[in-house]
Amino acid sequence: MKKLAILGAMTAAGLTAGAASAATLDDVKARGTLNCGVTTGLVGFAAPNANGEWEGFDVGVCRAVAAAVLGDPTAVEFVPTTGKTRFTALASGEIDLLARNTTWTFSRDVDLKFEFVGINYYDGQGFMVPKELGVSSAKELDGATVCIQTGTTTELNLADFFRANNISYEPVPIETNAEAQPLYLEGACDVYTTDASGLAATRAAFENPGDHVVLPEIISKEPLGPLVRHGDNDWADINRWVLNALIAAEELGVTSANVEELASAPGDNPEINRLLGTEGTLGEMLGLDADWAKRAIMAGGNYGELFEKNIGENTPIGLARGLNAQWTEGGLLYSPPFR
Amino acid sequence: MSDTHAQSVAFVRDTMIPEQAPPASEAGIIKWMRENLFSGWFNTILTLVSLYFIYQIVTSAYPWFANGIWTTSSLAECREALDGMTGACFSVLTERWNQLLFGFQYPNDAYWRPTLAFFLLIVALVPVLYPKAPRNMLIFTAIYPFLAFWLIWGGTILIPIVAMLGFVGGYFAFKQFDHQSFAMGLLAGVIAAVVVWWVGGFATGAAPNLLALEAVPSRDMGGFMLNMILGTVCVALSLPIGIVLALGRQSHMPIIKWICVIFIEFIRGVPLITLLFVANVVLAYFLPPGTNFDLILRVIIMITLFASAYIAEVIRGGLAALPRGQYEAADSLGLDYAQSTRLIIMPQALKISIPGIVNVAVGLFKDTVLVSVISMFDLVGMIRGPILASTEWNGVYWELWGFAVFVFFIVCFSISKYSQWLERQLATDHR
Repeated sequence: MKKLAILGAMTAAGLTAGAASAATLDDVKARGTLNCGVTTGLVGFAAPNANGEWEGFDVGVCRAVAAAVLGDPTAVEFVPTTGKTRFTALASGEIDLLARNTTWTFSRDVDLKFEFVGINYYDGQGFMVPKELGVSSAKELDGATVCIQTGTTTELNLADFFRANNISYEPVPIETNAEAQPLYLEGACDVYTTDASGLAATRAAFENPGDHVVLPEIISKEPLGPLVRHGDNDWADINRWVLNALIAAEELGVTSANVEELASAPGDNPEINRLLGTEGTLGEMLGLDADWAKRAIMAGGNYGELFEKNIGENTPIGLARGLNAQWTEGGLLYSPPFR
Repeated sequence: MSDTHAQSVAFVRDTMIPEQAPPASEAGIIKWMRENLFSGWFNTILTLVSLYFIYQIVTSAYPWFANGIWTTSSLAECREALDGMTGACFSVLTERWNQLLFGFQYPNDAYWRPTLAFFLLIVALVPVLYPKAPRNMLIFTAIYPFLAFWLIWGGTILIPIVAMLGFVGGYFAFKQFDHQSFAMGLLAGVIAAVVVWWVGGFATGAAPNLLALEAVPSRDMGGFMLNMILGTVCVALSLPIGIVLALGRQSHMPIIKWICVIFIEFIRGVPLITLLFVANVVLAYFLPPGTNFDLILRVIIMITLFASAYIAEVIRGGLAALPRGQYEAADSLGLDYAQSTRLIIMPQALKISIPGIVNVAVGLFKDTVLVSVISMFDLVGMIRGPILASTEWNGVYWELWGFAVFVFFIVCFSISKYSQWLERQLATDHR
């Protein structure tokens, strides 16, 4: 009986965990560090370098939020999470923000009770084949063996695609991207399928990348974005608008190089003025000071700078902007106005 | 008689023929090869086929080792240096060795601390593992856990000292009351230890920087160091717990017996990986928000519970193998339960259980890599995560996994060799 009572109390304590940490902003400020969930390692998106410092595109989001909220882009405690532990880590309050190339889906948003604060990378599932196979379209892959990561949305997308096109395939289940590379190279499967960014990174690591082609078909939508817990809208707003500030900064031509100068005095463009806090009270509305966006941009640069530095065409991963270009340049990045 | 045939015998040898070397086919390497490699057509064929395979493996693997590149700083550079030749990029090991051994967050200038702790571990293990080593060294063994904690985690030296004083105080209190009854002694020991820790808490609070090493939080532990910590701590803790559980399972007191049976059967019926998930994610739901119960501690508790259930079963096998007469002989000498168990039953039962215990210990040590699944960066976690995901080293497999295999093989093979040696040492049955 007594044990039951203790168990009950523990359950109650667990259930109130969400409610008690409602004011995430205050918790973060009191703690002095942002607990940011990242992947245990994904090329270009998040990985520690030789000195043990986290680097990458998702890491850039964490640092921007930390800079905006705490004034210090290094005040981040990175909590590595796997695909299996990421959602519990966020729900239990172990992390304040999950920036782990997580696909925004209906059930994750609604059923798992999370709040996606935006999209920082538009991905989609693609196919890679050896050039010598002579295939130019995924529709010619009838009867192919396909290496695929189990338990992911890519597995379901693949089944849908092949059924819709009425062709057959033989799946070769694998656990991680790291396992897929040698299997594909040894010829255990004709085709490797995963998110297009992952394919590009994988191909870039091959000894002879030119021997392999990524087919033009993109068969799914994988909008990847940072997310927070349901129930603390103020905290979600902060994260959403930090991300938007990075995107808007690129659109407005604000970079880490000129942000200091632009923020020193009000300029000609009123939106830049509002963004950088030289005009209006946007920072105050968020519960931050006027310089929040300036610090976020200085942390790692605007969206375009982050992209170029971590996954852009000059890096070994060599991703083109594609869908991730500004809306003015034919992409999908479109920040609501700062007004 | 001898001279009767003197005229009919041409020659009679009256000295020994000097010893001759045996024929070439009956000595040395040739004899050995005839007996072991070519002792029949079937074995000859097997030998030749094996030789062919060994030749193939060596000739194809040798250039890979010989051309190995040790100095580049990324895979692309390494491939450039190899220029199309077959060769290994061992430079991933030379560049990331510190991450493989210590994880990527352990402060660089403190690497000497876990290294020293590792070598002191060998010193501390000597008197436990080799019966002939001087007994005084056991004192160092007793101090070692506290010393290692201080070295690896850092912080003030007062914390491990207070912890140790608690145990010392508890021991003396136990001795004081032991002659009244075992239970009284145990109770007094626990009370004394708690009092020392409680008082010591004020001391550490008052001087938090006395002889303090830079504190390293558990989250920053990683690499092979984490495997070693988990392996050693869990094996060391699960042995005594396993013995207690095994004795408890044989107890005549139903409550103790059933608690032990249920515990052992439950733990053995659950995969280790699920226990680790419980430690990592489920506990976080139950603990009040804000509490950060050390992750390594949680994992140590779970692995120890798991291993102790298995060790309990191994030791129960040893207990069951003892002839009934041994128990009766102990009783007839007038020994009480604690004495007969300690002096007669356990030494024999443990000796029988050595292969099983070592089996569990080796398995446990290798199972510590499972923590990579709950996003801890042990050796395997470091390889799977940060190193293979870095833009420099994405795509290097054989070198990294080969290194992991090599390191684990050395440790597991030494454990197994030691246990065989120990069995020979303890063999008293003159078979």
